Amino acid sequence: MNTFADQLLVLVFLLNFMVLGSSRIGIAIRVVAVQGMVLGLIPSLIHQVSPHLLLISVGMVGVKGFLIPALLNRAVRTVGIKREETPFLGYVPIMLVGAVATALAFLFADKLPLAPQHKDLLFVPAAIATLMTGFLLLVSRKKAISQVTGYLILENGIFIFGLLLTEAMPVMVEAGALLDLLVGIFVMGIIINQISQEFSSIDTSRLTSLKE
Amino acid sequence: MHTAVNTLIHLLLTLLLPPLLLGVINRTKAFFAGRTGAPLLQPYHDMLRLWRKGSVFSSTTTWLFRAGPLVTLAATLAAALLMPLGNQPAPLAFTGDMILFAYLFGLGRFFTVAAALDTGSSFEGMGGAREATFSCLAEPALFFSLVVLARVSSSLSLSGMLNDFPPAAWFGSGAALLLMAGALFIVLLAENCRIPFDDPNTHLELTMIHEVMVLDHSGPGLATVLYGASLKLFLLGALFVHITVPFRSGNVIIDWCAFVGAMVLLAVAIGTVESTMARLRLTRVPQLLVSASLLSAFAMLLVLRQSP
Amino acid sequence: MIALLIALPLLGALAAWLTPDNRRRPLVLPVVGGVHLLLTLALLAETPPPALGGWIILDPLGKLVLLEVSILFFCCAIYSVGYLAYRRERSNRVLCMGLPLCLGAMSLACVSQHLGLLWVAIESTTLAMAPLIYFNRNARSIEATWKYMLICSIGIAMALLGLYFLAYATVVARQEPTLLLAPLLAQARGLSPAWLNGAFIFLLVGFGTKIGLAPLHTWKPDAYGEAPGLVGALLAGGLVNCGFLGICRIYQICLAAGTTTFFRDALTLLGFLSMGFAAVFVLRQADFKRLLAYSSVEHVGFMAIGFGLGRGAIPGTVFHLLTNGLTKGVLFLTAANIHRSYNSKRAERVRGVMDRLPWSGWLFMLALFAVTGSPPFATFLSEFMILSGLFADGREIAGVTVILLFAVIFTGMALTILPILTGRGGSDLDDSGYRDRLLTVAPPLALLLVTLLLGIWIPAPLREILDATAAMLGVGS
Repeated sequence: MNTFADQLLVLVFLLNFMVLGSSRIGIAIRVVAVQGMVLGLIPSLIHQVSPHLLLISVGMVGVKGFLIPALLNRAVRTVGIKREETPFLGYVPIMLVGAVATALAFLFADKLPLAPQHKDLLFVPAAIATLMTGFLLLVSRKKAISQVTGYLILENGIFIFGLLLTEAMPVMVEAGALLDLLVGIFVMGIIINQISQEFSSIDTSRLTSLKE
Repeated sequence: MHTAVNTLIHLLLTLLLPPLLLGVINRTKAFFAGRTGAPLLQPYHDMLRLWRKGSVFSSTTTWLFRAGPLVTLAATLAAALLMPLGNQPAPLAFTGDMILFAYLFGLGRFFTVAAALDTGSSFEGMGGAREATFSCLAEPALFFSLVVLARVSSSLSLSGMLNDFPPAAWFGSGAALLLMAGALFIVLLAENCRIPFDDPNTHLELTMIHEVMVLDHSGPGLATVLYGASLKLFLLGALFVHITVPFRSGNVIIDWCAFVGAMVLLAVAIGTVESTMARLRLTRVPQLLVSASLLSAFAMLLVLRQSP
Repeated sequence: MIALLIALPLLGALAAWLTPDNRRRPLVLPVVGGVHLLLTLALLAETPPPALGGWIILDPLGKLVLLEVSILFFCCAIYSVGYLAYRRERSNRVLCMGLPLCLGAMSLACVSQHLGLLWVAIESTTLAMAPLIYFNRNARSIEATWKYMLICSIGIAMALLGLYFLAYATVVARQEPTLLLAPLLAQARGLSPAWLNGAFIFLLVGFGTKIGLAPLHTWKPDAYGEAPGLVGALLAGGLVNCGFLGICRIYQICLAAGTTTFFRDALTLLGFLSMGFAAVFVLRQADFKRLLAYSSVEHVGFMAIGFGLGRGAIPGTVFHLLTNGLTKGVLFLTAANIHRSYNSKRAERVRGVMDRLPWSGWLFMLALFAVTGSPPFATFLSEFMILSGLFADGREIAGVTVILLFAVIFTGMALTILPILTGRGGSDLDDSGYRDRLLTVAPPLALLLVTLLLGIWIPAPLREILDATAAMLGVGS
């Protein structure tokens, strides 16, 4: 819990904006990977190094920084798309919405009854803002892969909040969460492939045959 | 050293240094392109040559067209008086002068655009419209950055906020300052119509912003425009240099030399950016400017949150 | 012994993966299901000591859900042998692996006392089910799978955030941070109420998505409609109960913390919303598998109301967890038979089931009555217990509203289903040649008999478990 971690979290905020503002899916995947790695490094930086924390860091960096991006990139290659052409909400408006959400996150975080040692740190606003960014991506993008990146960002937001608890949460649970995430993305990757085969597109706005 | 001497140095640098920056940028670009490039002092020669030429005025133009470059230059020079250079206070400094600083640029821009519209050419009108739109988007970034500076230095005057800018602030809220510096650099490039926003060397009509507005100026008028533009680059560059190189030696001469050196380095940096980046598509320009505004707004949020 | 409960399905999955023969592979399922059921009964008879430092305990609530899941899985496993014999054209490797994996995860959810572990288990059930919904490999099923995967993943991520909030509530209160149930319950009164309420919201949203409480139910009709019948049965009878298990755990903490009002009001609200949604969408619903999905939404809402209003309604709600799960099994399995025979699940393409598939037709009809709470089925008993609990507590308005909604939903379901069952078959209807067979009729029949039996007589050990569960959820205290 120190100011250095705070500066790293600023980077996380920036990455949120980058992913909101970029139309290239490749960039979005890379940004999510970098964000995951930054977050993975934080536990080892803010606490005294212990095998437990080191394990979390290595796992996070390995899974979020390399494994998941590799899976997603493979999916991108097989379905052969590069850009999110027509999102539901344009790139400039969504960045502005993201900015408003970030500002609200700061306001809201100030109202929360945090433990004294966590006051004035960026963890909680960063968690809320990243969570909101994930939601924004999920509702504004049409391509299945973009939605998966949105889900990953949402997970990152939750993980930032979990950083406040790294000493409290047993490593096994975090490992389980990480594994579930990995398998989830893997399954989603497979589904994306199937969607592109069935619909010759991974535009989820075309998934409309099941309606009331 | 005497205040009078410092003011003299300030004025001399303000008047003489700007075209050199253009020369350095051009040399850098030539270096990246593998050419020898024009001599460093070429911009001075160009401006003098233009100054000696006669002017041609379209019969549709009015006094506004002739006044445009002059008012712009005058406004920019007035702004120069507010900007501290080389760790010395500016000749003019008062509380809140940062707002005057920003609005003097606005005044200059207004007259440039008005002169462009005065020609009655749809082509120049298009340039004017673009200039007005993009500067609207860049303005918030500049203001948010100024608020950040005011907060960090607890001063409301440019001289105060830049000269008392504590280098220690980089340790306390480095991330916020980095964001602000990034935003300022984007504003610097956009306001001065450099790549990736606008290419000062191109005359490809569909993509020009600033150049298209001043197409009808010739002779001394064009020289004034060019000089005014380089002065603007100089001033915004000085603002940027103050924040990114908070170097204080205590010795006045070393400070001045360091300032000039930093400015030349900045010109090299701009040249490097211009050589390595491609121009943005026009539709992407607003996005980058909005990002710059968001960056600085976020920086503001971060420093406002910290207890002073 | 508990370890075996979880390891056995995993071994089964491994065996299914290693078996090369498409024809013999499904046989793994009944073996796993049967041994699992025996193990469960043995565990119920003799409660094992806590394991893994208190992380693994089989408490009454866990026993109840475990029993229901195990019975349902065994019946589905037997059914799968008959069902997959009709689907020879398609590799069943994924299905035969996914079902035991899901069973293992559900068993883990039942026995875990550490909320983090519970979360991992429930998330694993979500993941294990995703490929199974996609068994039919067509455009509609891929769409359903995608919706299911995305919405449930987000929901379960919200639940994780809720867990973090819960842990943070202990940090703010300067207590030993933990997610183990027993210490949490012990120190619940001292926890920070703001964070506790935040945790309840997010956990409710998370598990509510999982069980399909409106308005988080949107994936449900699609997934239930497109998944094979036995997968639908496990979704509606197994996964829903695991989600409720999570909700009950939060409920326990609420009770211990003494701040139940907020959580209960939210549950009640979502419950009424779900029943309302179901009532609206059940009318004029022409797809009978989607109809079942809305019936599931209805019952989930009903149970949420039961838990939300609490007190007298709790024993009935706990019993309803068991009976509803079993009845859902009958409905989905028989609906799958009808679907298979007519190659359609649209009401206008299906008529005269009683003539063509008499067993399935009758079972479907009886299950319809059972699920809408007619005597002498156990669901009648449980629904009656809940309603009488409500009236006894002086909540007449809630009780009457629930009854009215029940009536609307029963009418809606009957209007669609009765013409399907009776009616006269014609040559214009598709016929795949499928007819009732022992393996596809016996499992739903067995489930229905169990429901019937429980409606008449509840065995003493089960009664004990039910009472103990109700006591855990604040009855009699």
